[in-house]
Amino acid sequence: MNMIKSMSKTTKNNAITYAMVIIAFAVVQTMVMTGNITSLMNGLLVPLCTYVILAISLNLTVGILGELSLGHAGFMCVGAFSSSIFSQLTVDVITTGWMRFSLAIILGAIMAGLFGFLVGIPVLRLKGDYLAIVTLAFGEIVKNVINAIYVGIDEAGVHFSLQDVTSLGLSETGLVLIKGPRGITGTPKDSTFVIGVILIIITLIVILNLMNSRTGRAIMSIRDNRIAAESVGINITKYKLLAFAISAALAGVAGALYAHNLSTLTALPKNFGYNMSIMILVFVVLGGIGNIRGSIIAAVVLTLIPELLRSLNDYRMLMYAIVLIVTMICTWSPKIKELRERYSLQNWIQKKKHAKEVV
Amino acid sequence: MAMLEIKDLEVYYGMIHALKGLSFEVNEGEIIALIGANGAGKTTILHTVTGLLSPRSGSVMFEGKDVTKVPAHQIVSMGMAHVPEGRRVFASLSVLDNLKMGAYTRTDKAEIEESLQRVYKRFPRLEERSNQAAGTLSGGEQQMLAMGRALMSKPKIILMDEPSMGLSPIYVNEIFDIIREVSASGTTVLLVEQNAKKALSIADRAYVLETGNIVLSGDAKELINDDSVKKAYLGE
Repeated sequence: MNMIKSMSKTTKNNAITYAMVIIAFAVVQTMVMTGNITSLMNGLLVPLCTYVILAISLNLTVGILGELSLGHAGFMCVGAFSSSIFSQLTVDVITTGWMRFSLAIILGAIMAGLFGFLVGIPVLRLKGDYLAIVTLAFGEIVKNVINAIYVGIDEAGVHFSLQDVTSLGLSETGLVLIKGPRGITGTPKDSTFVIGVILIIITLIVILNLMNSRTGRAIMSIRDNRIAAESVGINITKYKLLAFAISAALAGVAGALYAHNLSTLTALPKNFGYNMSIMILVFVVLGGIGNIRGSIIAAVVLTLIPELLRSLNDYRMLMYAIVLIVTMICTWSPKIKELRERYSLQNWIQKKKHAKEVV
Repeated sequence: MAMLEIKDLEVYYGMIHALKGLSFEVNEGEIIALIGANGAGKTTILHTVTGLLSPRSGSVMFEGKDVTKVPAHQIVSMGMAHVPEGRRVFASLSVLDNLKMGAYTRTDKAEIEESLQRVYKRFPRLEERSNQAAGTLSGGEQQMLAMGRALMSKPKIILMDEPSMGLSPIYVNEIFDIIREVSASGTTVLLVEQNAKKALSIADRAYVLETGNIVLSGDAKELINDDSVKKAYLGE
């Protein structure tokens, strides 16, 4: 108890976040092992991990750096396809599953981070909402390019085409990597729930440690006040780029996890389009901008609600909207805040303690 | 040789000619006041000197080095600190973190701690509130925090932009006392102020600005008795 008391507020907060993830993992994993989980839910576990990573990483851009990004799904797409191609090419070379997958994830992260860096160079030097506009365009461009391009490989090297598979002119031993709108097929199914949770923990370690470091303070001070940050000697462009590239790289990790959970990966508007980017943004906003634990909870709850409401058919998106509105009211309405404080667990414990002392 | 030497500075905001080729200098140990009405170009001068704006022509020399093209984030480590206008603190960071950010360009932990203690000694209220978010401080406390943060970089010269703006008379007196103390401890001060009376009362020399030009300059004690200054800025 004394140890908990002596911890600083942020350390305590972070410990709660880690504990929450680990406990949730333990509960779900026991359910899976004992067979107490529907196949529908079982299939949702890896996507859930993907969304959680996406929400945490977007919170770095939106909450901690204070810039609006509307193309997070685009970076996820880059990570998904680059890691997927890597796995296909090395599936015979690296036979150890976990090693191949780790390398694929790292490659996905590097590629997505690189794209984040390139997109950020021209945009992050400017003030204002330019990042939102450019990332929105970036997400759509990536998705559409992948939908249009055919890529194959043989002894002669890599072949590109914008028409169809036959125009690639591959030799007989050639391998078609991306089949335009039909995407990538045959990615090894390496993703598991356990790996997903490990990746969430790694993401958390990266982001929470960054937030409490000198670099993190520099990033947050840019968000709080650009001129003051410059006046104390912070290189604004450098730190904005750093934060944005890390955020994009983590989206790439989520993409790799996502890609290795599907046998056929296509760049549909549903998984990599504008709607997906907005959905991740909704997780972040609803969970609380800058609040990492909130992002995790929001991502899980908002992914589960439409699934659990499947029996309502057409009305389920309506329910989704209602949940969003109610959550917003519950977080911001002063009256409800007051009520919540009055009946909070913390308050109750304190009262009990107080009563004991009086006795 | 002057510590800070500004020569023929011309700055434009798009089509607007904000500084029309003005020159002035600050010697080591002085308190220099730049006074003038709204829109005279006072803040523009400070932003140009600290590298936040780049001039169309003219030069800024600091300790004999040309710093006209040096970006803002490198100027701080050369020994020039800037307290921006309007109490720009990092609202969501704690008071302590704000002060630590002030020492951002320094690396020696022991020296930073020493500076921190010195700032706490000068502003005891900041120590009392060290774990509070800076946005919850009162206006006067935020101004003190902004000054304390600038002092954390151990500057040779400190540039202050309207430190008395929007403060109660008691706080204004306190802030000006602190500026005098800072100067007495060996830091050169360049002070931009609309409160001309107060600024002239603590300054060694002063420059009067009007729409991008320096129209008057001289000993602060003389300017305070100058008829045109009295009429235009002191309301007498």
